Amino acid sequence: MLKRKSISNPWLNTPLICGVLVIGIILTGTLVGHLYWDTEMAATRSAPLNLPPYGFENMRKQEGVIEHPLGTTNSGRDMLSVMLVGTPATMSIGFIAAGIGMLVGIILGFSAGFYGGWWDDLVRLLADTTTTIPALAVLIVVQSLFRVEVNTMAALIALFYWPGPTRYIRAQVLTMRESGYVKMAKLSGAPERDIMFKEMLPNLIPYLAASFIGNTSGAILTAIGLEVLGLGPTRMPTLGVTIYFALEAAAILRDMWWWWGLPTLMLILIFMGLLMINVGLDEVSNPRLRKAS
Amino acid sequence: MGGLTIQYVLRRFGIFLMTIWLASTVIFVIPRLAPGDPIQAMVSRMTQSAGYVENSEKIVEGWKERFGLNDPLHVQYVRYIKNLASLDLGVSLAMFPTTVKEVVGRAMPWSIGLMSISLVLYFFIGNLFGALLAWKRTPSLAKIAISISMIFTSIPGILCAIILIYLFAFNLDWFPFTGSFERGMQPAFTWEFISSVIYYGILPALSVVLVTFGFWTIGMRGMMVTVEGEDYMIFGQAKGLKPFYLLYRYQVRNAILPQITALAFSIGSIVAGQILVEAAFAYRGMGGVIVAAIKDIDYTVIQGTSFILILITATSVLILDLIYPLIDPRITFQKN
Amino acid sequence: MSESSVQKTLQVRDLKVYYDTPTGDIKAVDGISFDVHKGECLGIVGESGCGKSTAAYGILRLVQHPGKVAGGTVEVDGSNVSNFSEEEFRKIRATKLALIPQGAMNSLNPTMSIGAQIRDLILTHSGSSARAQLKERIDGLLRKVGLPLRVATMFPHELSGGMKQRVCIAIGIALNPSLVIADESTSALDVVVQRIVAQTLKNVQREMGVSMIMIGHDMGLMAQMVDRIAVMYAGKMVEISPTREFFNNPRHPYSKVLIEAIPSLKERKPLKLVEGITHDPRNPPPGCIYQLRCPFAEDVCRSKPPVWQQLKKSHQVACHLIKDEDHVAA
Repeated sequence: MLKRKSISNPWLNTPLICGVLVIGIILTGTLVGHLYWDTEMAATRSAPLNLPPYGFENMRKQEGVIEHPLGTTNSGRDMLSVMLVGTPATMSIGFIAAGIGMLVGIILGFSAGFYGGWWDDLVRLLADTTTTIPALAVLIVVQSLFRVEVNTMAALIALFYWPGPTRYIRAQVLTMRESGYVKMAKLSGAPERDIMFKEMLPNLIPYLAASFIGNTSGAILTAIGLEVLGLGPTRMPTLGVTIYFALEAAAILRDMWWWWGLPTLMLILIFMGLLMINVGLDEVSNPRLRKAS
Repeated sequence: MGGLTIQYVLRRFGIFLMTIWLASTVIFVIPRLAPGDPIQAMVSRMTQSAGYVENSEKIVEGWKERFGLNDPLHVQYVRYIKNLASLDLGVSLAMFPTTVKEVVGRAMPWSIGLMSISLVLYFFIGNLFGALLAWKRTPSLAKIAISISMIFTSIPGILCAIILIYLFAFNLDWFPFTGSFERGMQPAFTWEFISSVIYYGILPALSVVLVTFGFWTIGMRGMMVTVEGEDYMIFGQAKGLKPFYLLYRYQVRNAILPQITALAFSIGSIVAGQILVEAAFAYRGMGGVIVAAIKDIDYTVIQGTSFILILITATSVLILDLIYPLIDPRITFQKN
Repeated sequence: MSESSVQKTLQVRDLKVYYDTPTGDIKAVDGISFDVHKGECLGIVGESGCGKSTAAYGILRLVQHPGKVAGGTVEVDGSNVSNFSEEEFRKIRATKLALIPQGAMNSLNPTMSIGAQIRDLILTHSGSSARAQLKERIDGLLRKVGLPLRVATMFPHELSGGMKQRVCIAIGIALNPSLVIADESTSALDVVVQRIVAQTLKNVQREMGVSMIMIGHDMGLMAQMVDRIAVMYAGKMVEISPTREFFNNPRHPYSKVLIEAIPSLKERKPLKLVEGITHDPRNPPPGCIYQLRCPFAEDVCRSKPPVWQQLKKSHQVACHLIKDEDHVAA
């Protein structure tokens, strides 16, 4: 008598789905928002100052208005516009930095494992040292002098996120070289590089995806760090920069909770979403974790 | 017990030096890539804010001479490295003639203190929670509570600091906003002072610990699950060892090893995170120093603190690397 | 010799171990029964996947998820341990019921010295009163398995496969258990070391008079080591017999296949390919478990499961083809 139970697809686990949903909603939300809301109001002097969100009162007993449903800042920026502009900006820093880092990582890792020799030693040494250097320390120095914009900042941050993928890919390449089926394929005449790519990639996808998400998280974190210190991009009100302005204007003491609170909330949601995706991807690559707890 | 071989120690020390050299070189090179020069840029910024600076060209020339910025680049570089080696970090541009070393020196004990305490707390709590999550005898309620508390991991440190300030300092008035100890107090080994330090340190430490422990919990749980399937766990059970002893000496003791490696890798971001928390609290550590330096465009202090941070990170990693073979007997022998 | 006059160390009745999969239960061990007498060495043989190791782990309550013991009783030294609580069972581990795993694998804790791993076993069961003579005991154990005393301060990764196996033997017998189960103790070793380890095992068993179950698939090796042989196929026991009687007179068709497959130095034999288990382990065929591979299968084999029959010379077999005249009155 055969028992019928559903065979679950490891990719359909709870954390992964929740995470993708959260991030998905945020991204589509901002996209839709751009179509229906005037994002020009993210610039200064677009609106009356210091208004609270609709339905609330600020310290001066002024009431929020429906034209600016999420309130305004002390320089007249409409908060909803700021959120619609800043959120994709912040997220793009994360994705770009992680993407570049991953790409560099794959190239270096693959070549290091494949060619070996002094190149391998060099790559490994660079990777080890880069990991130890606290990104923020170097970036603070750079930013205090150069004040780069969003895309350049992403590229700089990427400089610190390539060692992870490099190390992993290199290890995989080394293991695969020695594996039985690679040697067999070689015997049958297939070029070694092709084999490794075609055999390797499918297995690495869960890891690479998790690594990408992890790096995105880290990159956004680093960017936020710089921005909150006042070293963020000057022309774009990213979420971190907005918080910086809020703190500079003593928003906490003035009980302008919407000014620093909304970007903070959005950031928390973004990080939570990314974390859940990461946990979900972890379950895909490590089957043991699926049944646990 | 495994031990340390000379080879291993030398190799680790080599990486340590290499790291510091690489980072310092990057910090040296980048400003020199700027169009114009830092002194000029700084003076022009001063001019902007003050409206007018007397004899600005003379100031620029004078400082260039004093700091040897007119010398060829490689000469400057050698001097720079020599200075760093003797920890001569130059003079603060904003608080002339205080040396950067003094400024940093005053701040360092605070940062290191906060970092050490937080590290002990989150590493211990994080891994403990991770082990509990993986152990089958943990009551489900505890497991749920731990899982929920891991939400904090999603929050960046500074944001958590801000939220805690808002909740506990602004709204509830339980804790102070900023500072490391009560204003007006003199640092001394009195109970008064120490208790004030502890009081002022609770929110900053809490910020760091809350957002960091979850990372270790996830990692430890994964490792515990992996170790659980190992043959020596089964044999340990077959030996009839007591469950708690088996959990501790066989499972945890093996699962924690990669965690310690992970600690070495994450020190960089830990230091960064802590700096930001300090900045939010205007704590007297390096974070507070950096925030002030950025405002004052005190370039030498920024550079100096950056270097010290890198030094602290590299040293911590070195210490961890040297401790590791003492607890994992397999490591030294891999060298042979 | 009648079985009832000799004390039984182990009595297994109808043991079942199933693996829970989304498409049904895999019946890894499907109702086996056998005894181990005091002081004897019983060998359980069968090809890979027949369930012999799983049976051992079932007896020892070491089956890992998603497997579970699905039925049957186990009696050790006369007491029924099947309804022991976890703590009660823990107390008889290593003291009454011991395992010698495949040492060459990862069976030893990498972060503990050998001495420490023997020590924690002794201290757990004998309490701190045993502290005084610990060193002597550990040295004695190492000597017994032929290892140099300095091994006690060494770590598992410093030892060869054969040495690790002998450490596992030492740990298995350390507390003078009633029954020791040696699971494929020589399978992962090269031939020379295999002989040494096998010899060690045999000596230890004989000296201590401990009852032993040896699990393996090397029939040639088994023949020299055990008093009785039990043959398993696809989760079922098909034949049990004293060794010499078994090799002189194998009754089950499968046993004959196994014996045929042993290479011989004396004669050239044509290479007989042995197929693996051919049926779906979730859905075994009704009737005899061996029907799909048996060249002599008849209609009765396909419809009714064979009854366990007692033959002369303590020979037992489960097969429909056995003629009546060999039976012994039950």
